[in-house]
Amino acid sequence: MRALIVLAAMLAAPALADEPDYTAQRADLVDEVRVYAGYAGDDPFSDDVLATLGRVERHRFVPPGEVRYAYENRPLPIGHGQTISQPYIVALMTDLLEPNEDDVVLEVGTGSGYQAAVLAELVGHVYTIEIIEALATSAGERLQRLGYDNVTTRLGDGYYGWQEHAPFDSIIVTAAASHVPPPLIEQLKPGGRMVIPVGARFMTQLLLLLEKGNDGEVVTRQIGAVRFVPLTGEH
Amino acid sequence: MRRLLIATLLVSAAAIGYEILLMRVLSIVQWHHFAYMIISLALLGYGASGTFIAVLRNRLEPRFELAFAGSALFFSISMVVCFILAQRVPFNALEIVWDSGQFLNLAVLYLAFFVPFFFAACCIGLAFTCRGSECSRIYFFDLFGAGLGAILVIALLFAVSPQTALVLLAVLPLLGSILVASMLAVRLPLGAAQFAWLLLLAVGVPQAHLELRISEYKGLAQALEVVDSRILNERSSPLGLITVVDSPFVPVRHAPGLSFGTRHIPPPQLAVFTDADGMSAITRFDGQPESVAYLGDMTAALPFALLEESAVLVLGAGAGADVLMALYHDASRIDAVELNPQMSELVADTYADFAGHIYDDRRVTVVTGEARSFVARRGGAYDVIQIGLLDSFGASGAGVQALNESYIYTVEALIDYIDNLAPGGFLAITRWIKMPPRDSVKLIATAIESLRQSGVSEPGRRIAMIRSWNTSTLLVKRGDITPTEIDRIKAFSRSRSFDTAWLPGMRAEDANRYNRLPRPYIHEAAVALLDDNAGDFLDRYKFYVEPATDDRPYFFHFFRWRTLPEVMTLRKAGGAGLIEWGYLVLVATLLQAAALGLGLILVPLALAKQAWPAGAGRNFGFYFLLLGLAFLFVEMAFIQKFTLFLGNPLYSVAVVLSGFLLFAGLGSAASERLARRLPWPAVSPVTVAVAAIVLLALLYVAVLPVVFDKSIGLTDTARIVLSLALIAPLAFFMGMPFPLGMKRVVRLAPGFVPWAWGINGFASVVSAVLATLLAIEFGFSVVIVIATSLYAVAAWDEAAIRSG
Repeated sequence: MRALIVLAAMLAAPALADEPDYTAQRADLVDEVRVYAGYAGDDPFSDDVLATLGRVERHRFVPPGEVRYAYENRPLPIGHGQTISQPYIVALMTDLLEPNEDDVVLEVGTGSGYQAAVLAELVGHVYTIEIIEALATSAGERLQRLGYDNVTTRLGDGYYGWQEHAPFDSIIVTAAASHVPPPLIEQLKPGGRMVIPVGARFMTQLLLLLEKGNDGEVVTRQIGAVRFVPLTGEH
Repeated sequence: MRRLLIATLLVSAAAIGYEILLMRVLSIVQWHHFAYMIISLALLGYGASGTFIAVLRNRLEPRFELAFAGSALFFSISMVVCFILAQRVPFNALEIVWDSGQFLNLAVLYLAFFVPFFFAACCIGLAFTCRGSECSRIYFFDLFGAGLGAILVIALLFAVSPQTALVLLAVLPLLGSILVASMLAVRLPLGAAQFAWLLLLAVGVPQAHLELRISEYKGLAQALEVVDSRILNERSSPLGLITVVDSPFVPVRHAPGLSFGTRHIPPPQLAVFTDADGMSAITRFDGQPESVAYLGDMTAALPFALLEESAVLVLGAGAGADVLMALYHDASRIDAVELNPQMSELVADTYADFAGHIYDDRRVTVVTGEARSFVARRGGAYDVIQIGLLDSFGASGAGVQALNESYIYTVEALIDYIDNLAPGGFLAITRWIKMPPRDSVKLIATAIESLRQSGVSEPGRRIAMIRSWNTSTLLVKRGDITPTEIDRIKAFSRSRSFDTAWLPGMRAEDANRYNRLPRPYIHEAAVALLDDNAGDFLDRYKFYVEPATDDRPYFFHFFRWRTLPEVMTLRKAGGAGLIEWGYLVLVATLLQAAALGLGLILVPLALAKQAWPAGAGRNFGFYFLLLGLAFLFVEMAFIQKFTLFLGNPLYSVAVVLSGFLLFAGLGSAASERLARRLPWPAVSPVTVAVAAIVLLALLYVAVLPVVFDKSIGLTDTARIVLSLALIAPLAFFMGMPFPLGMKRVVRLAPGFVPWAWGINGFASVVSAVLATLLAIEFGFSVVIVIATSLYAVAAWDEAAIRSG
């Protein structure tokens, strides 16, 4: 038996050795994202969020043809007209959710599963829903293969949230929305936060941060992904 | 000769038909602004043909018929083959900011569409070069064919799909090829190729190859990725490809600006895409108002909260959302204007059961027409004039509409709307909110300017604006907004978690309560715009938010050069969405066209400079360059001027473009007679023609607004006849300078003929792009004035050639 394991390890070794080590590139990416963090607001991103960005292997979430760009700070196509968000935007969205290790988070729009993986490193459990069957299947398999046991995926309509696991500490909606689905606001805990990116694919324009007060009152904040003040600059 | 002239007409008709068709198809599979760039660059094929003929003139001239017939055949074949190949280029316009490889894909697309235009232009250029003595007749058939081609393709697009139209258009140059080949003594190999291609077109090019491959990032493609979604209906016309999609597993719920405090969820809807994007929705209505109660919780519902009973005018009815909203609020009468009859038909007929027969309601009257034209002609006293969201957020957000003229949101438009309100009535305009704000600020600026021009001394008393997180609704009242109405607006907004961006007498701290911006930008903008120093604010704002006018109808133009470096440096910090693409694409198109065009003209010039007498090249080259620029300046500016008058962009393209080309063709045919009968031998016929053009064009700039104002109430037919009557004399004289100049070239420097053709083709491409850029910056009247100057310089140049 032991001989078999050794043999298997020997066979696997060349393959493992062949795979490039992206650790340095990931660190560079984190540095770049850290530099840009101030553009969205006055606060830098939390160290936990940046550390997670340095751990999650983005190259495992992109199609083979895009692997060489996996650690560039840019969105990439993942097929089916969908994209994996720009790492800066992922960091910003994650940071805005103020994740805690016991949190239960709902994600609407699984995509490649990268955002879910980032969240899974920081919170208790992530429930994620996807409306495109092929993406739901591949992201589910990928997350399982990479050992993200605290992520549950399903194919379905995210508009009504996921009632069985509600309420949620935070919700992230990455699918395009003409309005904030009222059922999602209901499934958000008092004191909870919801983030929705707004804009065309490859061009996130702003992030909508929705906060539900302890009294149930809802306010939104538009986080221009850039600090673009003053609007009336000098000549 | 007759066969050659008819062949010229057929090739020319197919070329312009193909150009219009490509614009349509590329707007479906890609986005309008990139379609514009790709086609503009492809049209450089016209300039390149001149270069090609000039270099190979000695070989082509003895084989003229064969070269013409071969080019026409290649044109026909490449129309279809290049179309198929281009569909396979994986160009992703949205990724261009991130992936430089997309520029290569773009270049391949230029090249693919360059080929057919090159062969088409070779035919015409060869005719001019080898049959120069007949140049005015050739030019007549060239222009006449182009005019017919424009009408033909618009008619075809009503009757058949774009793919079928492509195959039918490809038959025209093939017929031209066959006609000219019949003049050859030996025609076997060419004849066999013609026959084989004809057979293939007749049997049918396999549909799978012709199928449109829509960008996977467009709304339609994305909707079809959803489990169980399917296309229910598809209709095509020159106004757009309409696709109806049902998605039972994940129902469509389109309700922009819906309050997040609402307890009402929209019922299932059918998604309606125009050109595979710009989604709107047909809402299921079972006749029970409570089933669509969400319609009371949108910013656009504000005017109904202020009126007990209302006669409503909906401008841009689309898939019926605003009509349903008015019905939900018990409007007493609803007139709904929609440009695209196929869209209205979906709600009125095909999906009438689903939509609850809202267009059969006795209170509802649906009119097919354009908003401005309807308002100017019908008149009326409406309590509410509602202009909803006519475009998608995606298109609005990326600034890709910057090139689109829109007469809906101009100062003059708002004056017209307000004139059609009953005393105490409200104009309500809803727009998407962008960050940083653009549309909303420009809309307030436009409303203030309109009221000021109407003699209102305190416009701030007549304006209100509320906003959700993604939409704003502007109200402009005919009369001052009363304290009771102010209270109602506050109550409506508070109960739905909307913010008041502007209300007479409001406090700044109330402007940013529920949907918090980093600062209360829109409120601050409104305060600044109502101040005496509004001009200073408009100058300093980082986006261009000065009001659009009928002469500069670019509401969606927000680009400012000085903001670009800042936006580009923020690209990696999420700033990519701030780039205003439309304007940049236009500038990029101009630069590429100018660089490539100059290369096409100057490089071969060095190779073959001995082909004409010294000095002739410079003088003639300048002359044809000026003509190419000026002709399109005038043509494009007047298409815009007449668009508003004719009230329908299709009429305007068909009538104005065809009218221009047909009458210019007649002018060309008459040019020799003018030259012969001119009573003053010392005066050049070009000078006479140019004098007429300058006088008429400047006269039109001055009097057309008055003529249009007085005659806007005429019937469609009468307005078309009047338009043609106005265009006829101007176009007639504009058709003369080219053939008159060409005649002289044939006599003095025959080797220069293909160059003249090439330079004119190059100038036309640059001119079309430059005219749009100048119109955005200075307005169409300025474009016309510049064009008259160019014509005048051309006449002076020609006089110099005569005397020299």
